[in-house]
Amino acid sequence: MSRFPDAAAALLAAALIAPAAFADEPAQGRDGGFGLGREASPEEVALWDIDVRPDGKGLPEGSGSVEDGEEVWSYNCAHCHGDFAEGIDRWPVLAGGEGTLANDRPVKTIGSYWPYLSTVYDYVNRAMPFGYSQSLSPDDIYAITAYLLYSNYLVEDDFVLTHENFAEIEMPNAPNFFMDDRAETEVPQFSAEPCMSDCKDSVEITARAVVLDVTPEDGEAGGGID
Amino acid sequence: MTDIFKGMKPTRRSFLRGAAAAGVGAAAGGGAARASGDPAFAELQPWMQELGDPVDAAPYGMPSEFEAHVQRKTVYWLTADPISSINFTPLHELDGIITPNGLCFERHHAGAAHVDPALHRLMINGLVDRELVFTMEDLLRFPRENHVYFLECAANSGMEWRGAQLNGCQFTHGMIHNVMYTGIPLRLLLAEAGVQTAGKWLLAEGADASGMTRSIPMEKALDDCLVAFKMNGEALRVEQGYPLRLVVPGWEGNMWVKWLRRLEVGDQPWHHREETSKYTDLLADGSARRFTWEMDAKSVITNPSPQAPLTHGPGPTVLTGLAWSGRGTIPRVDVTLDGGKNWHKARMSGPSLTKSLHRFYFEFDWNGQPLLLQSRAHDSTGYVQPTKDQLRAVRGTNSIYHNNGIQTWHVSKTGEAENVEIS
Repeated sequence: MSRFPDAAAALLAAALIAPAAFADEPAQGRDGGFGLGREASPEEVALWDIDVRPDGKGLPEGSGSVEDGEEVWSYNCAHCHGDFAEGIDRWPVLAGGEGTLANDRPVKTIGSYWPYLSTVYDYVNRAMPFGYSQSLSPDDIYAITAYLLYSNYLVEDDFVLTHENFAEIEMPNAPNFFMDDRAETEVPQFSAEPCMSDCKDSVEITARAVVLDVTPEDGEAGGGID
Repeated sequence: MTDIFKGMKPTRRSFLRGAAAAGVGAAAGGGAARASGDPAFAELQPWMQELGDPVDAAPYGMPSEFEAHVQRKTVYWLTADPISSINFTPLHELDGIITPNGLCFERHHAGAAHVDPALHRLMINGLVDRELVFTMEDLLRFPRENHVYFLECAANSGMEWRGAQLNGCQFTHGMIHNVMYTGIPLRLLLAEAGVQTAGKWLLAEGADASGMTRSIPMEKALDDCLVAFKMNGEALRVEQGYPLRLVVPGWEGNMWVKWLRRLEVGDQPWHHREETSKYTDLLADGSARRFTWEMDAKSVITNPSPQAPLTHGPGPTVLTGLAWSGRGTIPRVDVTLDGGKNWHKARMSGPSLTKSLHRFYFEFDWNGQPLLLQSRAHDSTGYVQPTKDQLRAVRGTNSIYHNNGIQTWHVSKTGEAENVEIS
């Protein structure tokens, strides 16, 4: 009956039910590139490439002791993080919390949670002190990092951290991280066709936000709970 | 309506309106008695008689003064200070799928940096054949694409793990926005530098004082990431990373590095602060998931909700909300009015784009009795949004991030809505 071959009819049907058109033709590259931008000089790369990895790649030469660290810390860090890295007000607690990760209220610190020491060096270098980033010398940052290890009972008070012994430091919680496994542990059980009618006999309210009453009103300052 | 004018200076018009009410300006209007109990008819409104603003009154237009309450809001107790902090999109005031630029939620780690585009550079270095530096002018010469994507903070709904806490979808779900980006496919920029065979990871770095960094697998970088400079047609807003940000469709917002200044190619991830100390998901047994990049399917009813109660009494009403998935589109949303005893398929409306917000509606006649409202998103992979208790059974209550559980609003007989959890 049809004047159209089946394939053409199928194409037409697909066109009729296709959603409203959103043009989506990908931008094309060019063989050999566009020749845009310029070569970065080694000096420019050195100025910006400040990142540090767990294997120590990116660490500058330098060293710092726990003893020096205490002084650098008290001047640059203690105002927010406390003399012993215990945290002041809502600023991050950086020491303590060992053995609390499975508790009802875990305390996630450098010692109890962070898997790699390189993260401390990298972060202090790029983002601390808060509001005066990239102002500390490598030796100061080694010293702060050494002091944070000491504050977390991971080294003794005579310890000296250097670019040479850095990668040897293992953080206690490193083995407890694992790659996202939602695809195996969650997606299958959350992909079932759900019930649509007469799904349960009764429904009770089990929790109410007004009981906590922490929703901000306009202009309210509020206090921390976390 | 009077509270909307609170704190505003009286305008000439409101002065005249006051004068007319006092009988001083009775000459205006010319005679015929305006007989109606409805004030919209009983008075000749000033905008019907007087001239409006000239075209040069607002070179960059702003919303009506009657919409002044539609604002991003913060929750002060969440963070130590308002600089390394968060504010929330007023989802209950919006419709459709596009978030207006000025209402897109903000999350900064060292404040919103004001970057001079003339002094902004994008560097590509590491395991590439050519280490390159681009100016903004260089970047505008690359082919570019337009895509609508949602950006959701991994911590959106993170305050709700232990139970219903915040009264308003702005606070429970407002760490999300959805705009059209104009940007360069990241694969074109990486091709320009020539990624070496060993280059399996990319470090994206921001130019702000937090020097934000995230490790991104090369497969994703070469797939659908963009280096964007426009949102909803205009330059990125300062608080969204002007003049350049990374777009990582479907993945947690922290990876969408703002004020993007550098891309380094490497052979392994960097394990920086925002992918170790933060943005890892602590489970009940003390172990933690890392690299939980994808955003699971999620939805929320935006109206009615605690900030948007039913004010009209029984009869026809419009329930609406948003749904999204980091894995594709949302072909279906179910809605319940009775706490999950019975579900109804909502009506999807507007563009259905991958990794974008979707708008749904459910129109019904409210009988004036209490409601327990929920929405449940189905994404194009067949994933169905779980309940909060289903999530807690797998993860416990300490993972902070990636809470995509079903939200419940209780609507009382008087139409007020409250954030609750139900059996």
